[in-house]
Amino acid sequence: MAGNNKISFSDTELLRFITAGSVDDGKSTLIGRLLYDSKSIFEDQLSSITNTSHKRGMKDVDLSLLTDGLQAEREQGITIDVAYRYFATPKRKFIIADTPGHEQYTRNMVTGASTANLAIILIDARKGVLTQSRRHAYLASLMGIPHLVVAINKMDLVDYSRDVVKKISQEFSEFAAKLGLDNIVYIPMSALNGDMVVERGENLSWYKGSTLMEVLENIPIDNDINLEDFRFPVQLVCRPKTKEFHDFRGYMGRIESGQVAVGDKVTVFPSGLNSRIKEIVTYDGFLDYAIAPQSVTLTIEDHLDISRGDMLVKTENVPRVSKKINTILCWLSETALDPKRKYLLKHSARIVKAGVSKIDYRVDINTLNHEIVDTLKMNDIGRVELNVQQPLACDDYQKNHATGSFIVIDEASNNTVAAGMICPANT
Amino acid sequence: MDILINDKQDFITPVPGIMMKNEQVIIKRRTEDQLSHLDVLESESVHILREVAAECVNPALLFSGGKDSIVLLRLAEKAFRPGPFPFPLLHIDTGHNFPEVIEFRDRKAKELGERLIVRSMEDSIKQGRVVLRSENQSRNSFQSVTLLDSIAELELDACIGGARRDEEKARAKERIFSFRDEFGQWDPKNQRPELWDIYNTRVHKGENIRVFPISNWTELDVWEYIAREKLEVPHIYFAHTRDVYRRENGLLPVSHLVQPKDGEQSENIMVRFRTVGDMSCTCPVESEAANVEEIITETAITHITERGATRMDDQTSDASMELRKKEGYF
Repeated sequence: MAGNNKISFSDTELLRFITAGSVDDGKSTLIGRLLYDSKSIFEDQLSSITNTSHKRGMKDVDLSLLTDGLQAEREQGITIDVAYRYFATPKRKFIIADTPGHEQYTRNMVTGASTANLAIILIDARKGVLTQSRRHAYLASLMGIPHLVVAINKMDLVDYSRDVVKKISQEFSEFAAKLGLDNIVYIPMSALNGDMVVERGENLSWYKGSTLMEVLENIPIDNDINLEDFRFPVQLVCRPKTKEFHDFRGYMGRIESGQVAVGDKVTVFPSGLNSRIKEIVTYDGFLDYAIAPQSVTLTIEDHLDISRGDMLVKTENVPRVSKKINTILCWLSETALDPKRKYLLKHSARIVKAGVSKIDYRVDINTLNHEIVDTLKMNDIGRVELNVQQPLACDDYQKNHATGSFIVIDEASNNTVAAGMICPANT
Repeated sequence: MDILINDKQDFITPVPGIMMKNEQVIIKRRTEDQLSHLDVLESESVHILREVAAECVNPALLFSGGKDSIVLLRLAEKAFRPGPFPFPLLHIDTGHNFPEVIEFRDRKAKELGERLIVRSMEDSIKQGRVVLRSENQSRNSFQSVTLLDSIAELELDACIGGARRDEEKARAKERIFSFRDEFGQWDPKNQRPELWDIYNTRVHKGENIRVFPISNWTELDVWEYIAREKLEVPHIYFAHTRDVYRRENGLLPVSHLVQPKDGEQSENIMVRFRTVGDMSCTCPVESEAANVEEIITETAITHITERGATRMDDQTSDASMELRKKEGYF
């Protein structure tokens, strides 16, 4: 990695991003370029891909081979959904969710996007904004990815033309505006030649904006986490009953959003009972307050009946509690949704039974038109009203990812069959 | 008390008085404080461990005495203290471990006051479950047999391991909660989608999951965390002089299992181990790094991946890790 003995990574931030684009857009080359130019490729990896490149009769090293798949993929010509890759610069640590472009793009992109701060949408400068670019933009907006970069790649093949970039960014912006996406960063680049990825290169001197790496290193991400609404799903109740901790009763979990301080008035859902925060306990000592996404153990002033799956929130800022929820479902399973069946729904630390009360529509993700359907198949996205057996304390996904998201599990196969996002009742 | 147990009468009784570190310390934190990447990774791992504890019936934490599983132990302390761990520690002993690592393993379990179960490959060999070509052959891949037998015997539905996705490309595609069928096998193209941090822990009887709480950590993150938490690691991670000889691109440590062949000269040089596995296939690297800070510096500027440098068994083919995982390896 980078040859600087003084590197200290210990106080860096973590940025997770996803790359959306098909193989032809040069996605693998872009990831390879990012890793290579940021000196994140190791000698043994480089020598392995150099050998392979030469075996295939290529003169230069094919950086896309760095993200080459598993034996199972090569043999069967399939692509396994998401691979995670890691690199670091002195400013930030990065996790890339690398999802293949062609097959099952919805399922893959939704999976990768669920944890991302930022999405890079690749556009081939020769081809311009395609149906699939719109699809990627739609999924980025649906999944609520906070930051969006449009990488206009293969500029070397359009003579680094400024007009091409202008046309593509105008067209993309118009479509994105309809989705409520703003603050999009457009970067012309040639991943193949390395222009504007990490280095500026010499071919795009008319472009005065940031390189991709500058954006990745500097885009502010502190506001990506909701620090307004305190939500604390209880994962475990800690009652050691040892001599030393005889009466200790702590609620263990992660602060999914917001912050909490000793003395705060809290309400427990679904029971609706109130108390105050007594202590914020961690292995490293007591805190006077804590913020998302810290994992802590909370104790409260009163002895209430609280168990796993309950949620502690601040009394002045409570979630919605309902047995009927409006959701957007992304169907992930080869077995289609059966509206007559009951499924398991896992939401924060709670698992409840759920059934479909109605399928409002399916979204054609190419045209964004709504279609009336009686089921959802793999890669379908639809609006579905669900009935849950016990009331859920939840928020709208666009406001709070942690308490607005859930997965659907098929009780017979135990497979995860859908990803769900809670939406407002009246849209 | 003798901690190394190979017969079936196992569990060590927890020692009383589980301690919380620095109980009276009050840490002030300002709202504008940004959590560092280590804070975020730590919290993610603690969340994962607590999900295992809450939803799995009979989990175990695979503890080898290596640096990744040492980090796991600290994360488990962060997750469950002041309570005891809700699972035992399980070590699959190849019989080819470095003696100082075994000593460390036993001492660590005792200090924590947690149960340690040891299952030995020696037993699998005696029972004829593992057949080796030679006594000195690498036992790394055969661990799977003993591991799967232990899972069946102890009726484990989840095994927590210290694998990381940056280690190897088969790992890069594996889930944090990785489902294994009734034969303990990993099917890379039939993995459950894993979204947000909502984990599906459900299995049918006989199936199990492997859980990798530090999936998103890199080798550097692990060393930085060891430094931050002041964790003790076995001495062989630090530079020391050792008799080694060169074979292909690697260094092999001379031991009763590994001797130079004709024409190979052993030499006594400064080395350290980056991983501690089977003595017959774990190779040291030349290094002067004598403490954690120096290892961090070295790791930050290193030019070879951890497995590329240190594991002969991963170099046999491009897909060797993938093949072993499909057979039930960690």
